[in-house]
Amino acid sequence: MRLIVPLQGVVQGRGGLLMGSLIPCALFYFLQLYLKKRHRSPKPRSPSVSPSPSSSNLAELPRSASRSNLSSRGSIGPARTSNRATSIAKPNTSPYYVGLDRVLEDPYDRVHYPDGIIQLGLSENRLCLDLIDEWMSENLNNSVIRGDGGDLGIAGLATYQPSDGLVELKVAMASFMSKVVSKEVSFNPSQIVITSGATPAIEILCFCLADQGNAILVPTPYYPGFDRDMTWRTGVELIPVHCRSTDNFIPSITALDQAFNQAKKRGLRVRGILISNPSNPVGNMLPRETLYSLLDFAREKNIHILSDEIFAGSTHGNEEFVSMAEIVGEEEFDKDRVHIIYGLSKDLSIPGFRVGCIYSFNETVLASSKRMARFSPVSALTQRLLVSLLLDTRFITKYLETNRRRIRQVYDLFVAGLKELGVKWTEGGAGLFCWVDMSGLIRSYSEKAELELFDRLLNIAKINATPGSACHCIEPGWFRCCFTTLSLEDVPVVIERIRRVAEICKSPR
Amino acid sequence: MTRTPFFRARLPDPDEDSRAAVTTSSGAGGGWGTAMRVIVPLQGVVQGRGGLVLGSLIPCALCYFLQLYLKRHRSGPARTPPPSPSSSADHLSEVTGAVLQRSSSRAHLSPRGSGGPAHVSSRAALILRGGDSPYFVGLKRVEEDPYDAVANPNGIIQLGLAENKLCLDLVCEWLVANGNKAMLGDEASISRIATYKPLDGLMELKMAVTDFMSQATERSVSFDPSQIVLTTGSTAAIETLSFCIADGGNAFLVPTPYYPGFDRDIKWQSGVEIIPVPCRSSDNFALSINALDRAFYQAKKRGVKVRGIIISNPSNPVGTVLSRETLYSLIDFVTEKNIHLICNEIFAGSTQGAEEFVSVAEIVDSEDCDRTRVHIVYGLSKDLCLTGFNVGVIYSLNENVVAAAKKLSRFSSVSTPTQRLLISMLSDARFTQNFIRVNRERLRKMYVEFLAGLKKLGIECTKGNGGFSCWADMSGLIRSYNEKGEIELWDKLLNMGKINVTPGSSCQCIEPGWFRFCFATLSENDVPVVMERIRNVSETCKSRS
Repeated sequence: MRLIVPLQGVVQGRGGLLMGSLIPCALFYFLQLYLKKRHRSPKPRSPSVSPSPSSSNLAELPRSASRSNLSSRGSIGPARTSNRATSIAKPNTSPYYVGLDRVLEDPYDRVHYPDGIIQLGLSENRLCLDLIDEWMSENLNNSVIRGDGGDLGIAGLATYQPSDGLVELKVAMASFMSKVVSKEVSFNPSQIVITSGATPAIEILCFCLADQGNAILVPTPYYPGFDRDMTWRTGVELIPVHCRSTDNFIPSITALDQAFNQAKKRGLRVRGILISNPSNPVGNMLPRETLYSLLDFAREKNIHILSDEIFAGSTHGNEEFVSMAEIVGEEEFDKDRVHIIYGLSKDLSIPGFRVGCIYSFNETVLASSKRMARFSPVSALTQRLLVSLLLDTRFITKYLETNRRRIRQVYDLFVAGLKELGVKWTEGGAGLFCWVDMSGLIRSYSEKAELELFDRLLNIAKINATPGSACHCIEPGWFRCCFTTLSLEDVPVVIERIRRVAEICKSPR
Repeated sequence: MTRTPFFRARLPDPDEDSRAAVTTSSGAGGGWGTAMRVIVPLQGVVQGRGGLVLGSLIPCALCYFLQLYLKRHRSGPARTPPPSPSSSADHLSEVTGAVLQRSSSRAHLSPRGSGGPAHVSSRAALILRGGDSPYFVGLKRVEEDPYDAVANPNGIIQLGLAENKLCLDLVCEWLVANGNKAMLGDEASISRIATYKPLDGLMELKMAVTDFMSQATERSVSFDPSQIVLTTGSTAAIETLSFCIADGGNAFLVPTPYYPGFDRDIKWQSGVEIIPVPCRSSDNFALSINALDRAFYQAKKRGVKVRGIIISNPSNPVGTVLSRETLYSLIDFVTEKNIHLICNEIFAGSTQGAEEFVSVAEIVDSEDCDRTRVHIVYGLSKDLCLTGFNVGVIYSLNENVVAAAKKLSRFSSVSTPTQRLLISMLSDARFTQNFIRVNRERLRKMYVEFLAGLKKLGIECTKGNGGFSCWADMSGLIRSYNEKGEIELWDKLLNMGKINVTPGSSCQCIEPGWFRFCFATLSENDVPVVMERIRNVSETCKSRS
């Protein structure tokens, strides 16, 4: 007769059916609610470009409302900025930016300030500025500003111009790109969108290819700026895919596949892969086979490939650079999923001009990028100047050649110095930097020790190199050293400074 | 008498397990009388074997599934759009929903090779879908077939673009005389322009710009160069500000009629919503605090968080300037609601009327009020006739906003040669003073002439004081007093009259029949041509009615 049911008393007493089912349900419901709350509460505080800013905003609503009730006029707390601004405005913590800031305060100068910090953290090319300078002083007069009021007169400079770039510049850019890549690849000017630097180019592509909360796979080590360029405003997540020194840091499809599936399990939708080729910070180039298999992978998963080829013209080895455009051009791959990012900051060493571009085969992406280019147009003045610079074929040919030779020169010298110190580096044939393995100098094989060494290099040796951890490298002890801001005379100074730190590091053992 | 399966599970007696289901219908009625009969859900299970565990687990599980079902059902449409924190989600979700489903099903069909076209983000799709506004359609049409007095006299005359071509000759003169030297500098050092520079603008240019801004406001205010962030045009400036002030899904109140580009600048990338606050012709389109208040509360009721107000002063398209009192009450309003005020003062130096232009910076300076909630957008496109240079300015006294905007300027930084050139141009006090004076004179002359022409045709305009446009009431010419009639007239003006103007509906004006005529792109000889063309159209309109 005695039935064993939960809450028997209630059930047998009065409530009957209703209570007997309602109460356990209610209890269960509250449990769920409790769990949910606990689960959610840390979220709003996390950097909140979050797809659900609603939850975090709601938290603040009552406060402001109650305040405004209290004092309907005047003196209500400070004006609040958006959550995304708050997270962006936080001070820099990545050693990459810390180092850059330090150099700004105390820069090295061979003559005036020999005790300053030497900049090895900024991939800028100063080896060929004299060539640009020469060209400017010769041609500036008839390149931009002319009194004759023709087509290139004032109306072409001061009035509204298409925000995705002048057609003339696109044509010039396309011909420059094919010169840089190789003669056989031709670029179509109508597939180019000009932006104010490669940074907005990458950001616009992210906007076009991924929605907030989607993800993009990025093989590590990668350029530290991507964390800002691709995530800040777009709300896209970057998923690092770790590459190993044993593979020469070339991305493996297995690792990509793994990362893709893991993301899927987490409920993230992966919309693309970003590769930089030539790689920044490693300085090597992706072999043709890797590019093929990357394309296969992208097709299989139905995702995009963003190929950052901003260092395409800064090769200095004997290896040949293969552009994604070449791969896509020679076979009937579906081109729709390939997008190339390029810019003049590195290969033409004019970062101050802020000119980048998107080269895409996808009509939809091109159309929407053109519209988004309204937020980052290039000044018509700069564009006109570049048109005449880029169309000066003789100059460009000479420049590219000289630039490669000079980079090679400094690279050889730098690497010879490293060899003397017994420090290894990754052999690469491109880029403005050397990817140096200083794991012999760190105290323990960990990120902490790497940052210790970074600190030592910065404060004792007075050189700013980018530690691998800033590039999300999984193996500690790697450093990126950009050598193209140095002159040949500076190289021995840098090597000497590294030697000093190396000695300190080795002595305590 | 219908019985649910739930009730059928009730058993009169635990022993008669197998026959129970059949007999329930008769036995259930008697169950109420006896004390022995206990009425619990799933009694059979409970009294059978499961006991305590099953008896509590099963209702709980049922309840849980019910919840799950309800949740799915309710948030089904809302969950699909990951991109949209905004409540403009409705149409977004359709796009994502469609795209997402398609892609996943395809991937199942063909796990390898030819996985269908790579799809783009729903924001890209959204951006592509928009842009049918007559404002942008008209601009495109002019590009295809532009008027030229000599070469193409039958082309379309541009009256839809707020651009000033009246003083290009002055700029040209200066550039020819000083341009090249300005860019490279006297010592002609290439590293002045080629190397990495602060992304938020050179300090020298900030100083030059602040000086020019106070000249444009007739020296009534002084601006602090350290509070400035330079961007590639005022478009980028407004976008950056809306990123810094509002999160996706928040909203700005914008008095209508407003500049049609706001819909792109504010919504596209930052995902912020615009709530139009209608102003009336009876008030000369002056904004009223009451209307703002109402819009604020309506938004609040809808659960939308309002983070600020955007005003244009001098107003684009109406051309009026805000009075000192209005600015005071606006500041009071934003302080009371704890929101921000963004003032677009891009036409500050292009006033041509008698009324004095008051910058909000002056109000904030003089009054002791919260300066951190006022932000000014400025640019050199309008006041210096340099649209092609794409230089915009954010001026804010809010440290956080300035800090965030400086970091965001990596996405829209101004090319250094252009900056160098502008530094010399703006530092040339003789040039700037002369320019501002001559520019005002020419604008004034053009405005008066254009207005007189319209008046002759019987078209009245609101009294404007600044900017490059007349805001004209052509409601007498439209066939029906609604938006459709207005668009019909716009179409007629574009295709028959061959002039491109901006209809009020593109500016979200609530009253039909208003049009914006930008006159600063014209030369004086063009004005009679424009008037003739308007007359032609207005005659066909009248003859029919």
